[in-house]
Amino acid sequence: MSDFDADIPEVRAVSETGVPIRGNDIDTDQIIPARFMKVVTFDGLGQFAFFDVRYDDDDNQKAHPMNEERFNEANVMVVNDNFGCGSSREHAPQALMRWGIDAFIGESFAEIFAGNCLALGMPTVTADSETIADLQDWVEANPDGDIDIDVENETVTYGGQTVDVDVDDAQRQALVEGIWDTTALMSANSGEISATAASLPYLK
Amino acid sequence: MSQGTLYDKVWDEHKVTQLPNGQDQLFVGLHLIHEVTSPQAFGMLRERDIEVARPDLTHATVDHIVPTSDQSRPYSDDAAEEMMSELEQNVREANIEFSDPSTGDQGIVHVIGPEQGITQPGKTIVCGDSHTSTHGAFGALAFGIGTSQIRDVLATQCIAMEKQKVRKIQVDGELGAGVEAKDIILEIIRRLGTDGGVGYVYEYAGEAIENLDMEGRMSICNMSIEGGARAGYVNPDETTYEWMKETDYFQENPEKFDELKPYWESIRSDEDAEYDDVVHIDASELEPVVTWGTTPGQGIGITEPIPHPEDLPEDKQETARRAQEHMRVEPGETMAGYDIDVVFLGSCTNARLPDLRRAAAIVEGRDVDDSVRAMVVPGSQRVQEAAEEEGLADVFREAGFEWRNAGCSMCLGMNEDQLEGDEASASSSNRNFVGRQGSKDGRTVLMNPQMVAAAAITGEVTDVRELPEVTPV
Ligand code: SF4
Repeated sequence: MSDFDADIPEVRAVSETGVPIRGNDIDTDQIIPARFMKVVTFDGLGQFAFFDVRYDDDDNQKAHPMNEERFNEANVMVVNDNFGCGSSREHAPQALMRWGIDAFIGESFAEIFAGNCLALGMPTVTADSETIADLQDWVEANPDGDIDIDVENETVTYGGQTVDVDVDDAQRQALVEGIWDTTALMSANSGEISATAASLPYLK
Repeated sequence: MSQGTLYDKVWDEHKVTQLPNGQDQLFVGLHLIHEVTSPQAFGMLRERDIEVARPDLTHATVDHIVPTSDQSRPYSDDAAEEMMSELEQNVREANIEFSDPSTGDQGIVHVIGPEQGITQPGKTIVCGDSHTSTHGAFGALAFGIGTSQIRDVLATQCIAMEKQKVRKIQVDGELGAGVEAKDIILEIIRRLGTDGGVGYVYEYAGEAIENLDMEGRMSICNMSIEGGARAGYVNPDETTYEWMKETDYFQENPEKFDELKPYWESIRSDEDAEYDDVVHIDASELEPVVTWGTTPGQGIGITEPIPHPEDLPEDKQETARRAQEHMRVEPGETMAGYDIDVVFLGSCTNARLPDLRRAAAIVEGRDVDDSVRAMVVPGSQRVQEAAEEEGLADVFREAGFEWRNAGCSMCLGMNEDQLEGDEASASSSNRNFVGRQGSKDGRTVLMNPQMVAAAAITGEVTDVRELPEVTPV
């Protein structure tokens, strides 16, 4: 195990414009269709995010927020219930990150998806369905409006109002304290790792 | 919090320390890798100049993109060839064992681990694949991980996790004819929802689970993730130990079997273990389950009517409406009689030898309907070879099935096996998401292998229990 530079940025707050993606149970097959996963690096995945709902069979654009110019610069995706369910592919958050997304606000997130986002330093903030619906409507009407996510204090401020949101405790701490890069954190414990390995019956 | 369960015990056994972020650092006993999710992780390792920590506890296979007909190299699909070459280079550089197609051991990662005996009770097992939960059938703690976590494991042989709650799913009673392990898990997901298991690990217990062979237990654990639970397990018992004894590892190291058995026994959930939740299912009430929608939770007994969206909980209604539109099904009707164009018998859920045997028993002496394109894709080269030896392959071929080489194939349509246009498939796989089988207009109906076989014969969704007798010629 070699040592490496473990300088992990802290993510306390995100302040950017939003894009609403409506619908429950949006799975990772929709976020990035499997045929675009035949790649050996994540570079360039952004253009294929939500491909099948953004383009028709002849690659013509369909009506979708991510095709609208006014949302081109958006960095906060506002979603509904159980976002990112289905396959554990990290290509999904990678594609969205490379499209430009830095943070998510939604009713709920599939666990693996949220974990994959955290590993990239992207918050997945949750709120009740009413709060989300209001925010989605507001983003729709204010594509240039800033959304401030305060990860530490679990609030979102937009259009002059501040609403309470939830950030999973472990996620909040990891982001705020800059301890979300688990490779760096765990590498530090090489002595304990060897001790645990040596104690396992099947490795004796 | 749970206490005294297999989950608690295996967790404690592998816990290295608690991390400053509150998560536990767990040692990983077996890391399985395949060509789709590992290359990016190896890339990240290279960027940071880190070496693979424990190549000896890592094992590779190729399954998702491997062609199931012509496997000569280079593969005709450039992207597939690139992924395969990348994997070959990575395992060579890191000195990782690779069950490639030339070994005769290749297959879907969740089929080959158990076959080779590297999947064992009481191990922590991870893979960059959500159906890693499959290995829980052996009493292992097994879960799917993302690419950054693969990087973690390659770099440190550890994973950072929070402990989950444990739900015991007690399945009592006996399964009726035509009803299988697959129906138990489809029923569980239908009842508890596709996100009902979020935050939980599922322990499957009870007479109906104990009576299953290892393959059946794997089918159930495999789909834990479709119910939102990242891991699911069955406590190891004599059935498990019998399997272990036959595997390569314990054939080669018979003394290890006696050495490890006390450990396996010790990690079983205690009689008085505490669970965070308990759910009861009566297996004797089940009938074959088929899906009518576009999530594995949208299932229904074959004789039951498809639900009206307005009768479902409010948060499920919109999804149900969209699903019914996509599938072109009518609420109030049953799924029986739904036209099928393609039949896929394969995947890590249901492509092991007993699955193929049960399907072949239905197919024998019958012919695939003229309107149907039917294929069998064995889960591994070993399954394939065994099935060829015992004549199953011939039964399928004679009936009009294509007999393919091992791989994931049409389970997710990453190789050339895909649905076209709006074709409807009867599939023994685990996911019916829109676009899953390669065509965004394609329609997938999930069901057990016997039901898949019956659909191939009639060209429509069919209650296998009602299939007319074969008329002797
Ligand atoms: S068979 Fe299907 S579910 Fe199983 S590993 Fe392959 S693609 Fe995934």
